[in-house]
Amino acid sequence: MQVPILKQGPYLIATVQAALTDEDLKELRKTLVERVGHLRSRGVIVDVTALDVIDSFATRTLRDVAHMIRLRGAETVIVGIQPEVAFSMVKLGLTLEGVATSLDLEEGLAYLGRKGKAPEREIRTQPG
Amino acid sequence: MSNGQGHVTATEPRIESTASRLRELVAHLRQQRAQLREEWARLITEAQLLTAMTKEEIFAEATSVYDNYVEALETGTYEALQAYARNLSERIIPRGVETHEVVGIVLLLRDVLARSLFAKYHEDFTKLNRILDAYEPAANRIAITVAVGFVQERERIIREQQEAIRELSTPVLQVRERLLILPIIGVIDPQRARQLTEQLLRGIRTNRAKVVVLDITGVPYIDSPVANHLVQTVEAARLLGAIVIVTGLSPEIAQTLVNIGVDLGKMNTVGDLQGGIEEAERLLGYKVVLVQEPAAQPA
Repeated sequence: MQVPILKQGPYLIATVQAALTDEDLKELRKTLVERVGHLRSRGVIVDVTALDVIDSFATRTLRDVAHMIRLRGAETVIVGIQPEVAFSMVKLGLTLEGVATSLDLEEGLAYLGRKGKAPEREIRTQPG
Repeated sequence: MSNGQGHVTATEPRIESTASRLRELVAHLRQQRAQLREEWARLITEAQLLTAMTKEEIFAEATSVYDNYVEALETGTYEALQAYARNLSERIIPRGVETHEVVGIVLLLRDVLARSLFAKYHEDFTKLNRILDAYEPAANRIAITVAVGFVQERERIIREQQEAIRELSTPVLQVRERLLILPIIGVIDPQRARQLTEQLLRGIRTNRAKVVVLDITGVPYIDSPVANHLVQTVEAARLLGAIVIVTGLSPEIAQTLVNIGVDLGKMNTVGDLQGGIEEAERLLGYKVVLVQEPAAQPA
């Protein structure tokens, strides 16, 4: 299952649509880190709303993605973790330390908007 | 209902004679109704049972219990009595009547009636024996029925109340756009902790909250598992993109959290609820401005 990655302005949005195998996750990590450089993106959003389970490998991969992308000069935010998933992750000690998380896509975009180094173009796109 | 003292060996006539003895017994109890009831009510007062009720109420209840009792003896069926016991329990439990009182009064009635049988048949010992053979099992059965009915009713009430407490125990209130508060009052047991987590995480999602103030001023202490659970809840909330501010930690709870070695970088704590809400407003970018001095209230 390939994860579609959309370019939206200065951001990349990867929407996970079904459970991912470890191979898929590695593929996602590779693609995202590559694209951030090619497209000169400033932020990456990984939307995991559709996932019922986020296991230790997925957590580690997501954390690695976030850290690698930081090293490549962009911010990452994971959005849409379900309440039950969040609590079972914490129970297993998977807390995604040092990785930004937001409620949903909209919040994630708002977060990246605040985080961005704020060229004027960005601020005008913010509602309010 | 068989016991070793029976003089009749064949089963059929034995049952019949038990029935006829019960009939005789019931007739006697009906006849002596006023007097025995009086005696019973007097004993109840003397034994200081049902102190939550007035004398008149005791007498009224005693009358209906007596009639139901005799009826159960007569018919040998306990359904009506069961229903009555449940109904009675429903009425008297809110008055603060205790289990030992209910069992006590039923046993008193059993004794009063037994004494009256002794008085009536004291000249014919064999007959007394036979009458008691019929009376005792039925009377014990009645006592059990009433006591069980009472206890069941009590348990039902306790279950209902627990349910109500559970529902009331974790309110999730929105005080501003994106800001929730969860005031927690009372001891948090593991079950309540689970429920708290569930409500909090669900509340974050449905209200699209960014900041949650968890006020535990009303919680006297927590044990380590619950403290751990609390910390995990805070982390889970972060995964949903919300910040949890915990306010009103008592010294005991602070001690517990330090003992379990909580990472203070993850826990956002503020002294009191007001401080917590102010901090939350700051995080959300609100600024509270006093527009005008409040006018003096007209007298």
